[in-house]
Amino acid sequence: MGLRLLLGVWLSIVIILGLALPMVAQPQQWYDFPIIPGLEEKARILFFHVPTAWLAVLAFLSALYYAVRYLRRKEHLDDIKSSAAAGIGLLFCLLATLTGAIWARFSWGTYWNWDPRQTSIFVLLLIYGAYFALRSAVENEEKRASLSAVYAILAGVTMPFFMFVMPRILASLHPEPLLNTEGKVHMNGAMLAVFLSSLAGFTGLYYWMWSLQVRSQKLLAHHELARGGHSRD
Amino acid sequence: MRRDDILRWARSVGAVFLKDWRSELRTRYAISALGMFVITTIAIILFSLGSESAPPDVLAGMLWVVIFFAAMSGLSRSFVSEEERGTAMTLQLAARGSAVFFGKLLFNLVLSLALNTVTVLLYAAFVNGFVVRTASIFVVTIALGSVGLAGAATIIAAIIARANTKGTLYPVLSFPILLPLLLTVINATRLASEGAFFSEAGGEFQLLISYIVVVVTASATVFEYVWKD
Repeated sequence: MGLRLLLGVWLSIVIILGLALPMVAQPQQWYDFPIIPGLEEKARILFFHVPTAWLAVLAFLSALYYAVRYLRRKEHLDDIKSSAAAGIGLLFCLLATLTGAIWARFSWGTYWNWDPRQTSIFVLLLIYGAYFALRSAVENEEKRASLSAVYAILAGVTMPFFMFVMPRILASLHPEPLLNTEGKVHMNGAMLAVFLSSLAGFTGLYYWMWSLQVRSQKLLAHHELARGGHSRD
Repeated sequence: MRRDDILRWARSVGAVFLKDWRSELRTRYAISALGMFVITTIAIILFSLGSESAPPDVLAGMLWVVIFFAAMSGLSRSFVSEEERGTAMTLQLAARGSAVFFGKLLFNLVLSLALNTVTVLLYAAFVNGFVVRTASIFVVTIALGSVGLAGAATIIAAIIARANTKGTLYPVLSFPILLPLLLTVINATRLASEGAFFSEAGGEFQLLISYIVVVVTASATVFEYVWKD
């Protein structure tokens, strides 16, 4: 309850600051954002789009972590935690893809042009999709848990290859205001502060959604167990 | 492991491979059904091209479309057939998990190499405008591509053999795993048809080899969890 209230207030402040603070060519005041050449007002998307993409990856990594833990200990709770993380990851992955496509429409002139970043997030979407297709195709609970855990691990070990494959095929147009090739940070203090607060807020939001999901799945499992375990096989 | 253990393990890998090899020779599934599959797919490409000729890089990509879907209809057999015939349990008792995995991998490797050789020969013979200027790049690409395809396809086949909708699920699960491999081999095939020097494809080959090593190692590690009930 306390976490939910805190998150609501925190994210509201982040949204208001991110949208309302002025963007000027020469930042004078502490609250001024700089104008990033080529991005201008469209740069505000980074407060919302980057955290969703970050969560899509974070959720995948935590699903992977609990998948490995499930295979080691074979505890049903780990499978619940893993699949809950994947479910929320899928949601944020969709959000990152959609917000990215809308931004691309106004910056690049087209919703989709197979930029390496778009290709990578598309592959992540495919992996999430395949993961849930696999889960829905296995009825036995233990079998479902271990098969989807194995699949998550396989996807996890092949994902890093994209980092090497992608640059060989196409140069990216995706802006990198945080860590670019010249090692320069285009953001000023105010922008960085709002961005990091947004990142923290979104991570908190993820944690809240995830623990809610885990709790409800646990209750559901108890409920089915109490009814005589019909759904266990 | 002692030397005897390794020998015994290698022998049971060989036995699993031979078992699949013999049952393949009996049913001739791969030779007849998969051969027809490849012919049908190439025929569709020929019909849709008509008298037009597509640029070489498009044709290089299309070759891998044929190879991918042929692999998706052929390589799942290794484990699905055990489930269909109800022999999975017996095989679990007869051999160690790792021996089963490497035996099946070996069989899929042979199958995918043979299938891809046939596909490439047919494709080169019938598709106009498909040229290979650097044969060495092309041969190495097909060989490494077949090994990588078999490597990733074997563990996915073991997974889907335990699921309900096997046939549909196989390409769905395989595609994201195989995509780094596919993008790399398509790129290397394009280099081969453009007539690049062998050394120019060095980066692609390094990627393919490391992909194969990583995928096979990971599959062998997690196979027990899929195979054992």
